[in-house]
Amino acid sequence: MTDVLTRRDLLRRAAASGAFLTVPGVLAACGGSSSKSSSSGSDHTLAKTLHFSNWPLYIDTNNKTHSHPSLQDFQKKTGVHVQYTEDINDNASFFGKIQGPLSRGQSIDRDIVVLTDNDRYLALMIKKGWAEKLDKSAIPNIKNLVAVQRHPGFDPNREYSLPWQSGMSGIAYNDNLSDPVLSVDDLLENPKLKGKVTCLNSMGDALTIVMLANGDDPTKVTDKGFNAAFDRIKKAVDSKQIRQFTGNDYAPLLAKGDLAAAMSWSGDIAQIGNKHIHWNIPKDGGALWTDNMLIPKGGNVYTASVYMNYVYQPSVAGLMEAGDPKKNITGIYYIPPVIGSKQAALKLNPSVANNQLIFPSAATLAKVHLFDSAALNNQKYLQQWQNLISG
Amino acid sequence: MAWFHKHRGLMPYVLLAPGLVFLAVFFLVPLGFLAYQSLESGNIDFGYAFTWSFGNYGTAFTDYRPEFIRSIEYAGIATLLALLLSYPVAYWIAFRGGRWKNLLLLMIVAPFFVTYLIRTLAWETILSDNGTVVRILQHLHLVSPGGHILATGTAVIAGITYNFLPFMALPLYVSLEQVDPRLVEAAQDLYASSWKAFWRVTVPLSLPGVVAGTLLTFIPAAGDFINAQLLGAPQNHMIGNVIQSKFLELTDYPAAAAMSFILMGAIIVAVAAYARAVGTEQLSGTAV
Repeated sequence: MTDVLTRRDLLRRAAASGAFLTVPGVLAACGGSSSKSSSSGSDHTLAKTLHFSNWPLYIDTNNKTHSHPSLQDFQKKTGVHVQYTEDINDNASFFGKIQGPLSRGQSIDRDIVVLTDNDRYLALMIKKGWAEKLDKSAIPNIKNLVAVQRHPGFDPNREYSLPWQSGMSGIAYNDNLSDPVLSVDDLLENPKLKGKVTCLNSMGDALTIVMLANGDDPTKVTDKGFNAAFDRIKKAVDSKQIRQFTGNDYAPLLAKGDLAAAMSWSGDIAQIGNKHIHWNIPKDGGALWTDNMLIPKGGNVYTASVYMNYVYQPSVAGLMEAGDPKKNITGIYYIPPVIGSKQAALKLNPSVANNQLIFPSAATLAKVHLFDSAALNNQKYLQQWQNLISG
Repeated sequence: MAWFHKHRGLMPYVLLAPGLVFLAVFFLVPLGFLAYQSLESGNIDFGYAFTWSFGNYGTAFTDYRPEFIRSIEYAGIATLLALLLSYPVAYWIAFRGGRWKNLLLLMIVAPFFVTYLIRTLAWETILSDNGTVVRILQHLHLVSPGGHILATGTAVIAGITYNFLPFMALPLYVSLEQVDPRLVEAAQDLYASSWKAFWRVTVPLSLPGVVAGTLLTFIPAAGDFINAQLLGAPQNHMIGNVIQSKFLELTDYPAAAAMSFILMGAIIVAVAAYARAVGTEQLSGTAV
């Protein structure tokens, strides 16, 4: 029950170990793969198959048949079969896997991939020219994109990317083991929680939360602000307040009671559904991140754009997000970027549609912030952070 | 066939060829690329260039010395523990296993039917703060009240020991199984107590198994990062964790490649010292 697999599945470690084999040299040695049919022509004919790589448990699923109703519906409407693969467990390892062929100008046999904006690789894909431009003439529904997502720093006019889902990073605690943990002060410095706390291993998430608590602005990171937050986390590591840095592997530890509190992602806690585990945006604010769809170089632009247009219909987005208990369909339970999806979700699954973690109000969203993308690419920061969490 | 008769001398090479080709393609060539990469400089934004930057090796070693030492230390302790745990088991199966031998061996290998990651995660449950193991140890005052074993070096070493135990137990079993019990009997008849016979006859005869087992355990254990990642605190991380983060998180391929070579070098030195100490003939089992 407690080992719920979630999007940032802890199998990333397994993937990570496998990815050792994919360092560019090895790939070069073995000769690149790929010579696929999917061409990037701008002609408006649909391909037979759309190759879509996504994170695990990140789409609507029928629990009985394990099929994905929204994809079946897309095929019914357009005749395009979506070959849906859940092979992204972690931005860095996935990037490691695809950067070899892409850097040699080879196709990676995928039409859509999904990468996160609080990791450096999304921006890097666009900057390196490894993403195709969207065919906006095929995406009229882009008008349904929520305002806050329209002009991100890495893609100011949404020429290359569209959000798939967003999520919030904050603090979860187990009420059997602790009083409510609502602030970073508590999480990192309350002696009662010593050794019973984990911190997220994603620099963007952790730094945003701690910088906000320090009164610094995480959307415009300065050396001073970075160092203050970094030192505060390091102090908590040295004093053994923080026992580990985790991806979403905090989830089973929280449920088992090994952790009293954890820096964590909203969707995971919504999926665990344990009544003793509570998730909050910390007192001084939390982090917001968004996973974005991209068409990697060589992908079929038109077919991918038609699919993006499809998922930006409010009715489709509502079903994907909230599922449909009557038909045994589980939704995604993160945060959809599509205007009107809440209205659609209300009809299907009111309890999910009214969940603040899944359909947050404007007041909730005002409390979460996106980490500075320049800082994400600052090699000095990254190095310092990685040394703290892995060595 | 006639051709082979004529060129008899070539036969060994023909038989060696598939293995050698395999190793060349899947080991030597990638190793060459890794060596090349370890001397590059640059980053993912602007690309990497080959610049003979031997400095990668220097900084890798000076910056991450504690992790290198910790890897050798944890792997060494785990290897020793695995030896102490498996020797009696292998001995018992070899000499007393009788018709249950195959079943018992299967039981040693059985955990390997489950993936490595899941086996390690199981230890997260076994050593859970609220689990039986920790409760009993707290009761015995071996762990302070409110203390934990997860996220400590103890948990990492326990995980490594468990995960590599079969690599130790199986070679030990094979060499013990080959010990002729009549030699032990003869020793007991002629001069020795059973304890003395064990030390003078059985142990020396099983040394090839000990050597093979320690190498098979120590070498992969030193490069392991899963156990430290899941069962350890940041203070317990090993060099494998650093290499993993350099390769995948920082995309600092040159530094990661250099570290891989340093680790390889350190292991070769350790193994060579060990082989010299116990005698290389033990490795091939020709001492018998």
